Amino acid sequence: MTTTPATAVASRAGRAATPAEPFTAAELEALRADFPILREQVNGHPLVYLDSGATSQKPLAVLDAERDYYLRQNSAVHRGAHTLAAEATELFEDARHAVARFVGAGDDEIVWTSNATEAINLVAYAMSNASVGRGGPAAERFALRPGDEIVVTEMEHHANLLPWQELAARTGATLRFIPLADDGTLRLDLAPDLIGERTRVVAFTHVSNVLGTINPVADLVALAHGVGALVLLDACQSAPHLALDLHALDVDFAAFSGHKMLAPTGIGVLYGRRELLNALPPFLTGGSMITTVTMDGAEYLPAPQRFEAGTQRVSQAIALGAAVGYLEAVGIDRIEAHEALLGQRLVEGLSAIDGVTVLGPAAGRERVGLASFEVAGIHSHDVGQFLDDRGIAVRVGHHCAQPLHRRFGVTASTRASAYLYNTQAEVDEFLAGVADAITFFAPPAVQAAPATGDQDARA
Amino acid sequence: MSSGELQGLYQQVILDHSREKHGFGLLPEGDAESHQVNPTCGDEITLQVHLAADGSVSRLAWEGQGCSISQASASLLSDLAPGVDVPGMRERIDSFRTAMRSKGQIEPDEDLLGDAVVLGGTSRYIARVKCAMLAWVALEDALLKLPARA
Repeated sequence: MTTTPATAVASRAGRAATPAEPFTAAELEALRADFPILREQVNGHPLVYLDSGATSQKPLAVLDAERDYYLRQNSAVHRGAHTLAAEATELFEDARHAVARFVGAGDDEIVWTSNATEAINLVAYAMSNASVGRGGPAAERFALRPGDEIVVTEMEHHANLLPWQELAARTGATLRFIPLADDGTLRLDLAPDLIGERTRVVAFTHVSNVLGTINPVADLVALAHGVGALVLLDACQSAPHLALDLHALDVDFAAFSGHKMLAPTGIGVLYGRRELLNALPPFLTGGSMITTVTMDGAEYLPAPQRFEAGTQRVSQAIALGAAVGYLEAVGIDRIEAHEALLGQRLVEGLSAIDGVTVLGPAAGRERVGLASFEVAGIHSHDVGQFLDDRGIAVRVGHHCAQPLHRRFGVTASTRASAYLYNTQAEVDEFLAGVADAITFFAPPAVQAAPATGDQDARA
Repeated sequence: MSSGELQGLYQQVILDHSREKHGFGLLPEGDAESHQVNPTCGDEITLQVHLAADGSVSRLAWEGQGCSISQASASLLSDLAPGVDVPGMRERIDSFRTAMRSKGQIEPDEDLLGDAVVLGGTSRYIARVKCAMLAWVALEDALLKLPARA
């Protein structure tokens, strides 16, 4: 995975044909059996879980890995000399190796955090520390001053927006953003004017958690690196779903959360290029991240330990290791192919329902296996409530992306997000549910005259 | 096609009020005003209180966007408020909140709340209680902002 050239990754992200076969029905059935929760009944109906963009379900292999650790090895890692401590440390570091391999990184470039939010905040606060002189000359490249600029995009999750807003406020830097086009893609034509000599950081999401858009990482990395800016990639919605090679993508930092990729909550990852992590001043300080401590100061360990202060999330890290093992065994390319089919079925089905407007790329355009949509005259809470009555779980609201929703003139949307365990039949049940919800709430305005577009053609 | 529970949540009165919103549309000036946001979904309301000469509520006026529960709740509250004095309004808000927080255990008091009792089914859906409360919280806040009367 680490040998894939950037061009191959870029072309794969923008490919015309899927590289792998989606699952057969038998394969999918076997795979679903690994997720006991999918057999649950909700409100008298079999659960149809279409909220994996918020958090994924967990296979037995992951649950067992976490439980086995507590049954057999539980102890403190990176301290103590007894047998269990050594075994726990080995499992903990094996998990790091598994995750590093999964995303095309070196082991010492993987920092455990609680989640992606903490990972992004870690970078922002470490830069803040560098801005007041912490980390010495080596950290000077991370220091921000008035006049410096941070560039994000209009489609960011709040977790990749607010840390930069706050960093800008603390340092006097200016926050700018790349706007969105109507089709849910970034206005790349404007990016060269936004990313310039003053830009120090470009932070953007790989895949939009609302639109399903896959962003052109290579183009943005080229622009950022062309002016010496650092790149942070929010990989929350890509790491679980797409083959990811961070070295090939050439980003400087990346963040993702375990719970969206079959692992438990409480574990996330910050990836950083080795030389950057070792120059970055620490954010959280305390035990287990030092070499020498006096009453006046301390020397810090190299990465990743310098960012892992205090007792670590050992069972969760081990479970994340098991999760990526599961994803690799199934085949991330096949997961990607399966989800691309589900994503297209979602968009085509939703687009065919009168009164429904899909946010983001139109049917036939590239998107991952999720779709957010608005129903004219019916609030997403009502749509979600109606679907829940049939055991169909979707996300409603602004999905932690208020500026994006404001851009499209809506306060909220409904989002169906699929994962490897979802079936086409489930997507069809969901689509039927949306159509029935419209009948149930039946605002006469929707049926008589759709709020936007070509109502004349439909009459 | 939908369960009895769902029909209980979305009673016809609620659907009617969510489409035909009573009190919708702000007026040039109210005696007090409050803007409230439901942070989980971004729904919002701006609600004005207008008082009569005797200090009772003469009318509510509001604008906002949200789900059918929040819109119907604001509409039903606009029907309830006229003629009620400020202490009486506070009593009704407290009574409504108690029922809403009861997880379906407490039936709303029809003597106090009138048609708004149809929102009682919402209290069984914890995620929707805030939707039903939005307008009532706005009114409670607006009442606190009323200038002290001589």
